[in-house]
Amino acid sequence: MALTRFLIRRILTGIVVLWVVATATFFLFFFRPVDSVARQLAGRAASPQVINEVIRRLGLDQPILVQYWHFLGNIVHGNLGYSYYNGEPVKTIIAQDLPITASVVVGAMVLWLVVGLLVGILSATRARSTFDRVSTVGVLAGLSMPTFVLGELLIIAVFVPLNQHGFSWIQTGYAPLSEGLIPWMGHMILPWITLAAVQAAVYTRLSRGSLIDTLGEDYIRTARSKGMSERRVVYRHGLRAALTPVVSQLGIDIGVLLGGVLVVEQVFGLSGLGQDSVQAIDTGNLPVILGFVLVASLFVVVANIIVDAAYALLDPRVRIS
Amino acid sequence: MSVTELEFQASVVEAAPEQAIEGRSQWQLTWRRLRHDKMAVASIVVILIMTVLALLAPVFAAVLHHGEYQAFTGAGLSSAGIPVGPGTHGFPLGTDYVGRDLLVRILYGARISLFVGISTTLMATVAGVGMGLVAGYFGGHVDTVLARFADVVLAFPILVLALALAAIYGPSLLIVLGVITFFSWAGIFRIVRGQTLSVKEKEYIEAARSLGAGPWRIMFIDILPNLLGPVLVLATLYIPTAVVFEATLSFLGIGIPAPTPSWGVILSEAQNYYQVAWWYVVFPALALLITTLAFNLLGDGIRDAMDPRTERLFAARGNRRQRRTRKARPAGPDALPPLTVSELGE
Repeated sequence: MALTRFLIRRILTGIVVLWVVATATFFLFFFRPVDSVARQLAGRAASPQVINEVIRRLGLDQPILVQYWHFLGNIVHGNLGYSYYNGEPVKTIIAQDLPITASVVVGAMVLWLVVGLLVGILSATRARSTFDRVSTVGVLAGLSMPTFVLGELLIIAVFVPLNQHGFSWIQTGYAPLSEGLIPWMGHMILPWITLAAVQAAVYTRLSRGSLIDTLGEDYIRTARSKGMSERRVVYRHGLRAALTPVVSQLGIDIGVLLGGVLVVEQVFGLSGLGQDSVQAIDTGNLPVILGFVLVASLFVVVANIIVDAAYALLDPRVRIS
Repeated sequence: MSVTELEFQASVVEAAPEQAIEGRSQWQLTWRRLRHDKMAVASIVVILIMTVLALLAPVFAAVLHHGEYQAFTGAGLSSAGIPVGPGTHGFPLGTDYVGRDLLVRILYGARISLFVGISTTLMATVAGVGMGLVAGYFGGHVDTVLARFADVVLAFPILVLALALAAIYGPSLLIVLGVITFFSWAGIFRIVRGQTLSVKEKEYIEAARSLGAGPWRIMFIDILPNLLGPVLVLATLYIPTAVVFEATLSFLGIGIPAPTPSWGVILSEAQNYYQVAWWYVVFPALALLITTLAFNLLGDGIRDAMDPRTERLFAARGNRRQRRTRKARPAGPDALPPLTVSELGE
């Protein structure tokens, strides 16, 4: 019952958030002069008549509120509009780009969670050991490394030499999963590492600190004094409570992640949502920008609902409400 | 590094109880501890060297006779039109794709990076501290409006706004400064607001008020000094974030416009030459990495030095080099805790 009510409320809030984001983006981009789009479409030498014709055909001559109303009506009917440039439905473009971006994001997330939590737990349970010191240095290096620099360095230090020596598993660009798991991973492994490195550092630091803090609590001492095995104390009692800040950080990072995807797709030449949205912004392709922003916000909203539900499951002190 | 992570680290410092030992101020104690932290001292030295090199960029350019925009299509490019490597034809770090001196461009890039990093952090700190004090002290509607505003800023996809602004107005240094500042003040605001809320209830504030002190005097003279510690730590850690941010924006073509030699611009241009000119990517990348690492290490060092519990940790470890600082602390029953919260942010 509580869960249903929670879900209904969160979904309603989510819809409001999506509306606000769509509206804000719409008006932000509307301040671009309309004839710059038309001029690019019609060509440099186009006469004013041609440009006006293009503006009229795109519906850009109508008052802004009419255009806005039209835009909202279309969304409700599941129509995200059409690209200004080739008339392709925005839905089709998103459907093409989504598998690429999803491959990058999901893989990177799995990688950084596994690495971050594992290193964090090992450092916390062996605080001030050599392993802990090495991982602390690694964390600082990871935090200081800009995503795009790591991507470039990986291309120089891994991709180029390996391919020069005939080892061609690791590739840039994209291979769909339908071509097989192994080629797909070969294309994805460098983007995953690039996107995951900084985040793995953040999560290592967070989970280490959180676990050290938790292991100092009274109930852990109680568990130990009951004669419980150290492994059970750490993994069953300690970790569960220590994970809550990690989970809430995950909710925040999903928004940050979208920026990272933009950079990674640029560096590795993946034509996913990130690269295409940079291009769309460059060319003032408003319908495409709006479609991408909506998909991205939808992703953030849904992920946050999941994170909040997971939060309540992990920590019995948190009630779903 | 995310904003929450920074706040998290700063909150570790702010949670530290005040300690005054034999008339030594908290700042003196912090400095004493910082001096013994080898990594922190090393990072200060690196930052100073980087600053001096950045300031001396015109001198290097004059000595080498290579201007920052000067393209040497003859000596600077091989016959195939490829950049020449480090050390050839009097180019210490090689050249870039049009035959410009890479060393000179990296040094000029250091000026932009340090300028953007430090100036945006300063502006964000002033804005965050000012608004945080006002929101925390006055409370009520002022507080509600400012706090909601900060929440919105923290939740906004930053890169999208930067892209939009660059698309509308064209990329420029001003937009870079504006965007970075706009998204950096909120973290400092939250820390300052929270601290102000708790400090303003203390007795000495009430005493000041009963002596007739006005709200502005109380905010800036009585409350502010209590907050400088966490703010300093947070600000130090914001500098590398801003440096990376500027480089990323420039790399994507929405930051400092080419041909201005920002590190992000250089790395973006180098993207197409990594197969034939490793130096073109490696040297600017190293400059960026060393700078951000130094500021991160310094921030960590200051945080540890400000935390009185750091000493206990050293003492617990029986570290001989730390004995001088350990003497300052009485050996009480709580002097040797097994592990403390100060471990959190390490």
